[in-house]
Amino acid sequence: MTDAKPVLHLDDIVKTFPGVRALAGVSFSVMPGEVHALMGENGAGKSTLMKVLGGIYQPDGGAIYMGTDKVVMAGPLEAKAKGIVFIHQELSLAEELSVAENIYLGELPRKRFGRVDWATLTERTDAILKKLNVGFDAKTRVGELSIANQQMVEIARALTVDAKAVIFDEPTASLTDAEKTVLFDVISDLKSEGVGIIYISHRMEEIFKITDRVSILRDGQYQGTVATADTDEEAVTQMMIGRTLDLSRNASHHELGDVALEVRGLSCGKLYTDVSFEVRRGEVVGFYGLVGAGRTEIAETLFGLRDPSGGQILLDGQEVRIHSPADAIARGISLVPEDRKGQGLVLGMNCRDNMTLPQVDDLKAGPFVAEGAEVAIFDQYRDRLDIRTPGWKQQVGNLSGGNQQKIVIGKWLSMHPNVLIVDEPTRGIDVGSKSEIHKLLRELAAQGYAVMVISSEMPEVLHISDRIVAMYSGQITRTFTSDEVTEDNLIQAISGIKSGQAA
Amino acid sequence: MATLTKKQIGGVLARQGILIAFAVFILVFTIANPKFLSVDNLFSVVRSSAILGVMALGVTFVVISGNLDLSVGSMMSFSTIVVLDLHDQIGPFLAIPAMFAMTMCLGAFIGFLVGYLRLNSLIVTLGMLSAIHGLTLTYSGGQNMDIADKEGTWFSVFGQGAALGIPVPILIFAGLAALLGIVLAKTAFGRKVYAVGGNGTAATFSGIKRARTVFTCYVISAACVATAGLIQASRSLGSQNTVGQGLELEVLAAVILGGASLLGGSGTIFKTVIGVLILGFIQNGLLLMGLQFYVQFVVTWVIIILAVWLDIAAKRGKLWSPIA
Repeated sequence: MTDAKPVLHLDDIVKTFPGVRALAGVSFSVMPGEVHALMGENGAGKSTLMKVLGGIYQPDGGAIYMGTDKVVMAGPLEAKAKGIVFIHQELSLAEELSVAENIYLGELPRKRFGRVDWATLTERTDAILKKLNVGFDAKTRVGELSIANQQMVEIARALTVDAKAVIFDEPTASLTDAEKTVLFDVISDLKSEGVGIIYISHRMEEIFKITDRVSILRDGQYQGTVATADTDEEAVTQMMIGRTLDLSRNASHHELGDVALEVRGLSCGKLYTDVSFEVRRGEVVGFYGLVGAGRTEIAETLFGLRDPSGGQILLDGQEVRIHSPADAIARGISLVPEDRKGQGLVLGMNCRDNMTLPQVDDLKAGPFVAEGAEVAIFDQYRDRLDIRTPGWKQQVGNLSGGNQQKIVIGKWLSMHPNVLIVDEPTRGIDVGSKSEIHKLLRELAAQGYAVMVISSEMPEVLHISDRIVAMYSGQITRTFTSDEVTEDNLIQAISGIKSGQAA
Repeated sequence: MATLTKKQIGGVLARQGILIAFAVFILVFTIANPKFLSVDNLFSVVRSSAILGVMALGVTFVVISGNLDLSVGSMMSFSTIVVLDLHDQIGPFLAIPAMFAMTMCLGAFIGFLVGYLRLNSLIVTLGMLSAIHGLTLTYSGGQNMDIADKEGTWFSVFGQGAALGIPVPILIFAGLAALLGIVLAKTAFGRKVYAVGGNGTAATFSGIKRARTVFTCYVISAACVATAGLIQASRSLGSQNTVGQGLELEVLAAVILGGASLLGGSGTIFKTVIGVLILGFIQNGLLLMGLQFYVQFVVTWVIIILAVWLDIAAKRGKLWSPIA
């Protein structure tokens, strides 16, 4: 690594936008055959840096070198022609077209009179697909492929040019573990061919599994580059957020109150069957399982979005029927939904209006909404949750993911619920805000809320839960106390492997 | 955050585009015909815009809730014909509430289909445009409707009367605009309309009854149409079956011109009033320039396209972009 010349070198890149210094002198190099991680919180400048590299933005200062040549990326096409290829998190494929057509879109080989040369197209595509060792061929319709295989098509597209550097932007966001393995194989093949790879991800375990070096950005400032082998999660986190992150198990136990929510033998068609559990005041109960295990569906039933096909729901010992979200809210059940932007917030509305939306009917001054009371509520929860926004008039869509999530949480806290259900509390949220939200959920329990947390991240579930309900395929396989649970027995429980005892 | 700033700047430029275009129009019209800016002419513009304006107020609710209403033109014909017919049969005192009830039933039916059954509002109201037209013709037997005693009825007050020197249609438009403006901006219902149009799923997840909100918007829209029909009937005291034909597009043009997004969730009553006035002034200006009345149909289309384009451009911060 020390002798070779870098395939790509960014030297002191500066990019300013009106009022913001997005990149303040960032330098880093990618060696041939190296997987180089680029890390930083949301808003740290990763995307801006990649847009400069891809020719979408022009830097205000600094230079880009490929090998020893200084280059100027005038636009995305030029970046591609120079061998810089992006694999985006969001796929940009035409689902109705074949794999081959997608790979050569815009550059289809032609015969006379502009007819497509299908034979050459198929031949070239199959050659590339063979290299990637995938289980589909040139004529497969892209819509039929799994997300992982669609990603392979994107990668195949990248290989049609003589790639010098390939940038992967959160490539594993929607992949299963098996699919990740295939992706990592492809990355290691690219690596062995001497391609330089920039790998952007929030997931620490991947960074430590496949990358050689890590460069870190914070608030547009370059924090340094370290060899992955010489560092650990804590050190990297510290560089990213400027402090350490508490991911210890939750040890402090406080007094538990009465049972706030009890579910007996609840079923909803084939989504989940015969589910029973209880949540006490002062307790965080974590729900862990694979996607499709039925956890979100239980939350949706409790919130009145689905009708159960059998079983009982009891609130404070009284059986209730919940037919709509309005019903659920009236009974003191709140749901912070999984899809923050789709279900949690009206992005075009301001912070205050989003926060008071469920109670807008109750905040009355004569026939009108009492705006003063609304502002008071907003101020109270902005301070309590430490929401960072210029003011209540700010559109929620302009806030960072962490602050958006706090608005949703504030929205429900201001309703003073008995039961707070939180589905994937930190999805798509950067690591600093993550720990704040974890801390907040713990505090809420300590204040006497009954909290249900659904999460697909094991460290998160282990960190915040007093008890953990493990689900597999629509059924509860086991309920753990925080003393019993280990990573091993939890994985067993959610994989459907029978363990000896049931708690 | 940085890209956003750029977007905002682009957005402001794109938004001002429509005002700049308007200013240029005014300038050209004034140079072409100095009468354009006279008090008499201004008054006449507002007056002739009142019917369109009243309808646009209701459609503003529908558009902000994320839906369309293309049935308002033929619904207005229906209201006009019905109230004229009933006038001679049961007298104006009963005819007016009866006509309002019938028109609002039509609105409620649309609201049921779009709100509760979740059918696409474009298809529903486009279908209703034709269905209500058929209903009107069936009702009237295809005949023009006239009040028998045009001199002896007080019914003409809504279209022809004046108070304190201000024509009644203008007073109705202004009063209704103030009322609905307050409803939209200050009440819990208004807030729900914005929430449902901005993100219907999130509104549902916040306990808002989406179907009921959309339903109410269509009933409000129908009530506005009935008011417009009342003014129309009262002004002419007689009418063809097609009096409101084509108004749906002009109403939509005014609402979009005011800056309400067709995607829902944004717009205000005040902006719609501005949109109505801009449209009115442009149409008036074209007439004063000696162009045929029919030119305005083409111009309305151009204005719709321009307004939609600028709306999209404001969102992406550029006038043109290869990606959405």
